[in-house]
Amino acid sequence: MSPFLRSYLTVVWFGLASFLVAGLLLGISALIRPNNPNAEKLLTYESGVDPVGDGWSQSQIRYYVFALLFVIFDVEAVFIFPWATQLERYAGFGLVEMGIFVAILLLGLVYAWRKGVLRWV
Amino acid sequence: MNLATLLSADLPYWAQSLLRVLGGLVAVLLPAGTVVYLFLFKMMSFMQSRLGPMEAGPQGSMQLFAEVGKWLQKEDIYPARADKFIFKLAPLIVLASTFLLVVVVPFGPDALFTNFEAGVFYALAVSSVSVLGILIAGWASANKYSLLGGLRAAGQLIAYELPMVLAVVGVVIQAGTMNLQQIVLAQNADSMFGFSGLGNPYVITQFVGFIVFMIAVQAELTQTPFDMPIAESELVSGYMTEYSGFRFLIFFIGEFATAGVFSMIASVLFLGGWAVPFSWFGWTTIDSIDNWMNIVGPLILFTKMIVIVFFIMWVRFSFPRFREDQLQKFAWKVLIPVSLANIMVTAILKVAF
Repeated sequence: MSPFLRSYLTVVWFGLASFLVAGLLLGISALIRPNNPNAEKLLTYESGVDPVGDGWSQSQIRYYVFALLFVIFDVEAVFIFPWATQLERYAGFGLVEMGIFVAILLLGLVYAWRKGVLRWV
Repeated sequence: MNLATLLSADLPYWAQSLLRVLGGLVAVLLPAGTVVYLFLFKMMSFMQSRLGPMEAGPQGSMQLFAEVGKWLQKEDIYPARADKFIFKLAPLIVLASTFLLVVVVPFGPDALFTNFEAGVFYALAVSSVSVLGILIAGWASANKYSLLGGLRAAGQLIAYELPMVLAVVGVVIQAGTMNLQQIVLAQNADSMFGFSGLGNPYVITQFVGFIVFMIAVQAELTQTPFDMPIAESELVSGYMTEYSGFRFLIFFIGEFATAGVFSMIASVLFLGGWAVPFSWFGWTTIDSIDNWMNIVGPLILFTKMIVIVFFIMWVRFSFPRFREDQLQKFAWKVLIPVSLANIMVTAILKVAF
């Protein structure tokens, strides 16, 4: 296995280790904690009064426009990084290129701004 | 013989991995414990004119062990309506995101877990895994507070992910690499306007980027003034409302361990990481660094982490909470334009000089 893949294998070990540690502590906890469930205790918490309606109640999701904008801008950011590492090589040319790129990006932000989607409705 | 040859040549792969994982455990849990005791117990108490925990051990220093012992004995309650499997899974995902994040942090010239070429990328990608845990915690609880809290958290974390990513671009432009180890070396081998006594910590030359990054970190950690998702007075701790016992503690550990690891990444990116300016000891490249830096390096990084967490906590204890609309407005209308401007100014200066 190449060293490159091997270092990503380390990531897998760390992920497994986190589950192992949490599982171990929860296991110890399971041995010593009490377990007396009753209907009152298992009720959904709503500040002490009986819960009204379903827990998955309808709520206004104001975030979907932000989520869409986020996806767009995040993909743009992915393009900026490789350019940033190679700026020394591209010098003036790269600078002008990225100036145009960022200007278009800002234009998108200004458009969203003018459209009023950045406002909390 | 340095630590790298010791780790790569003399030990079989499973032993290396075990050592790395044990090191990772220390690197996650030690900062978390220190942050909770030093700042959440003691500094918060001092700022509020009280003593904080004093009974367990000298100055209450054993309080953490007492707390863990207490939480271990608490009953684990699942609401009858909750979606049980993902309800149980959510805290584990939040904790896992912290462990995955610590993988990239360099602690010394050879004291590394991994040496990714795209380390900055990896860190930014993995840090957003915790959003998944928080979102499914809010959803699975089948509780209105939790659902609102989870949605708020998701909206906040994605809004502040962007300024964070864009603020780091300035550092990448200056260092010319995305490898965190190389970024550390670039800061300490470099000089500022011919003066090499301090190296070139990017906190000075990238000050705007540093401020934007720290504000974004504050929001990513959902610390006050950005704690709308877990607002205890309006949402009853948001996505954590239905969690009890040790699962709640895992969320809690995850929160403060992430604060520690984020501060380590901030000090790697902006404060020079584990190293001291190379001119102090006449070092030039990574191979000329003395071997004792593998021991002292982690301590230096730890000290810098404490300083950064101090500022995060200072803000946390001092400011009132934002409103939800102010939060989104601030991210999109202030931080993102500022960080884009920072990128362009940095690039122009880099090309000009």
